[in-house]
Amino acid sequence: MDWINVILQGVLVGGLYAMFAAGLSLIFGVMRLVNIAHGDLIVLAAYVALVTTETLGIGPLASLLIVVPLMAAIGYALQRLVLNRTLGEDLLPPLLVTFGLSVIIQNGLLALFTADSRKLQAGNIEVATIRLFEGVYVGVLPLLQFIVAVAVIAALQFIFYRTALGRAFRATADSQSDAQLMGLDNRHVFALAMALSLAVVAIAGVFLAIRADFDPSIGPARLLFGFEAVIIGGLGSLWGTFAGGLVLGVAQAIGAHINPGWQILAGHIAFVVILAVRPEGLFPKVRP
Amino acid sequence: MSKPPLLAVRHLDAFYGVFQALFDLSMEVNAGEAVAVIGANGVGKSTLLKSIAGLLRAPPEAISFDGAAIGGMPVHAIAARGIALVPEGRGLFPSLSVEENLLIGGQLNRLGPWNLRSIYQLFPVLAERRHMPSTALSGGQQQMVAIARALMSNPKLLLCDEISLGLAPIVVRDIYARLPAILEEGVSLVLVEQDVVQALKATQRVYCLREGRVALAGAAKDLTREMIAAAYFGV
Amino acid sequence: MSVRVAFASRSSRVGMALCVVALLALATAPLWGGRDDLQLLSQMYAYVALASLWNLLAGYAGLVSVGQQAYVGLGAYLLFAFAILAGMSPLSTIPLAGIIAAVVAVPVAGLVFRLRGHYFAIGTWIVAEVFRLLASQVSVLGGGSGTSLPASVVIAIASTRQMRDFVVYWISLALVVAVLALIVLLLRSRYGLALKAIRDSELAATCNGIDVIRIKIMLYIVTASATAMIGALIFLQKLRVSPDAAFSVNDWTAFVIFITVIGGIGRIEGPIIGTIVFFALRQTLADLGTIYLLMLGVVAILVMLTAPKGIWGLIVERFGWQVFPLERRIIVDDRSAASGKQHPPGHR
Repeated sequence: MDWINVILQGVLVGGLYAMFAAGLSLIFGVMRLVNIAHGDLIVLAAYVALVTTETLGIGPLASLLIVVPLMAAIGYALQRLVLNRTLGEDLLPPLLVTFGLSVIIQNGLLALFTADSRKLQAGNIEVATIRLFEGVYVGVLPLLQFIVAVAVIAALQFIFYRTALGRAFRATADSQSDAQLMGLDNRHVFALAMALSLAVVAIAGVFLAIRADFDPSIGPARLLFGFEAVIIGGLGSLWGTFAGGLVLGVAQAIGAHINPGWQILAGHIAFVVILAVRPEGLFPKVRP
Repeated sequence: MSKPPLLAVRHLDAFYGVFQALFDLSMEVNAGEAVAVIGANGVGKSTLLKSIAGLLRAPPEAISFDGAAIGGMPVHAIAARGIALVPEGRGLFPSLSVEENLLIGGQLNRLGPWNLRSIYQLFPVLAERRHMPSTALSGGQQQMVAIARALMSNPKLLLCDEISLGLAPIVVRDIYARLPAILEEGVSLVLVEQDVVQALKATQRVYCLREGRVALAGAAKDLTREMIAAAYFGV
Repeated sequence: MSVRVAFASRSSRVGMALCVVALLALATAPLWGGRDDLQLLSQMYAYVALASLWNLLAGYAGLVSVGQQAYVGLGAYLLFAFAILAGMSPLSTIPLAGIIAAVVAVPVAGLVFRLRGHYFAIGTWIVAEVFRLLASQVSVLGGGSGTSLPASVVIAIASTRQMRDFVVYWISLALVVAVLALIVLLLRSRYGLALKAIRDSELAATCNGIDVIRIKIMLYIVTASATAMIGALIFLQKLRVSPDAAFSVNDWTAFVIFITVIGGIGRIEGPIIGTIVFFALRQTLADLGTIYLLMLGVVAILVMLTAPKGIWGLIVERFGWQVFPLERRIIVDDRSAASGKQHPPGHR
């Protein structure tokens, strides 16, 4: 019974990791860019939610209505003004620029908000539980977060495979020059992809902020979790990434259950094992 | 009173880095005309089309289309003005199905006779395979997808780069058989071809390039084999 | 007619002469410098060495690692482990740390080389995190809060504090000179030529018979080993080690990357220039704390977008200088005019 609870908790938090990973995976799929500042942008979203809830007096879930469009706009501007200029054959410029961005965001947040831990209060929903079956209880919030994660991945699948925007993403990823011949402006397409990525980041950031304490320094760890989920799940498949998130969450939960200090290490070990034994991931569509 | 040409290329020099591919090249296409550009491998035919489409940067005044100087404009802006290129090698999107390739061809939403239905009427074999990945089709069918995709943008000017390349003669004849129906709808055409016979049959005027320059220009019916061979090979 | 490859140029002769002068001055620093000066210089040497090694991996072999802190920390912890658990003198454990790090780097390479490009970069970071988390589990070395070097071991270096400062300083200087010399020799050898080929086009290099993977792995292992030795020395000076300090991404990767980017990637002179600039900035601006780091980030982005070859890259483009004799030039010695041989057109 105990283990069922552990695995369940792992699965539920895995949904959050899947959301971390989805934004990363999207960007890499469309423009071959790994955004090292990805985790810090999740934390940025959390702070934006903090400011929004405090100034407007609304709940964290309601703040999504503001945080998501705002982060999407930031993503569009970021890509258009800075990151588009780094794209090309050489992988150093985007890596170093996003690294610099990571430092800027972390220290900017540190300067504005100090290193104090913060948390968003969501009220009763944080402690409410539902009884699944005998002896197994599930928190309403983690369940909600999981359902939202599923919805986000499903929405991204839909966008990618059933809309004109998704066609534009896939075509541009296939060949920038041929996509331009179709009348697609690559700068705009990439910026839209980043906007979408940051919209997902915003949702993940808000749920992160409700769930646990956050401070400016926790960004890099979220990047690593997202990255691990992508690799475990396999490149090129959004549902694969989702599965990767679940595996990571469960690995961490099992590790934490054995020894609380081993939680993150257990996740890293799961990643290392997959990398060693099945480097293409569990459900791959491309090789890394 | 004669109308100005739809497309006018004037004194175009084109470079790949420091290598010069086109020298002071001038040519024009009138509205509704089909023009062939022939020549041996490497003379600059594809370079010419890429320059017109914007893939290679040209000086603003070197290329004018529909009254506007388009040299130097970004590729997507040129496409939006009504120039569609069927690139060498077809340039189909492997991640997209046949129909999705067509849909993205039409994403500019320009008005005109070409839409999914009329395209499928012209190329029925594509309708049968609409949901297959575009690269799973035979060479000839892929070429049809590429042409159809360009038509979906309802262009004023269609640029075709070596559509017979790599295809069996019977397949080439099949594709060329559709050209009249396409031209009937009013689109102008620049046809780059190594297959001189097909090119001459399908077009009204011909430019023959050699070493990046126009070696011969004239009406297709006025040019003899000897004249073309002389211009083609420089003998 | 003979053909030979020359490396030196006029600017490199001048540059090397200046280097010799500088080296003499720095070697005698204990005579003219105070304790703080020696410590500052030692820190600079460490960063020059770390940045040069990172530059070798990233700028020459195209292996962008964001996880070199794994080996800095490994070297540090090995030094402390041998000192505390085996009572070994720190000076003898530095080379030992290098050897052990090279051995550790082999399975790590086997793992991370399954990833490419950006994914390789983040993979190396995760490895560093694993090292960090493992280190914090080792309670005999202080677990999460770390530990200090026992006094008995410190005394074993030299009997007086002043002599200890001198000894550690000279070892830092010797280590950075050795690292630079190693890199110069490597680049002048046929491995260096292979690296240049790999940098220009991996595919072409492979087609020319260069075993690209093997060279990259060798480079990774050598770099890991040298990085570990530098890490051991850094923390010997600090006298204290902790997982967060030893495996800090900021200290051992972010700063190193900034130094290399600002100084100039893919050039030996780059990390040296970058370190000088970095420390100049630090001395003047460090009081600003987070703002200083923020500015570093902004500067790095600006440099990457506007001058991706860094300061030295700009100088090379403008003046064609080099300090270290590394650029290959082909000299054709034509002394056979009298024998009436045919000359190719345009050649005299």
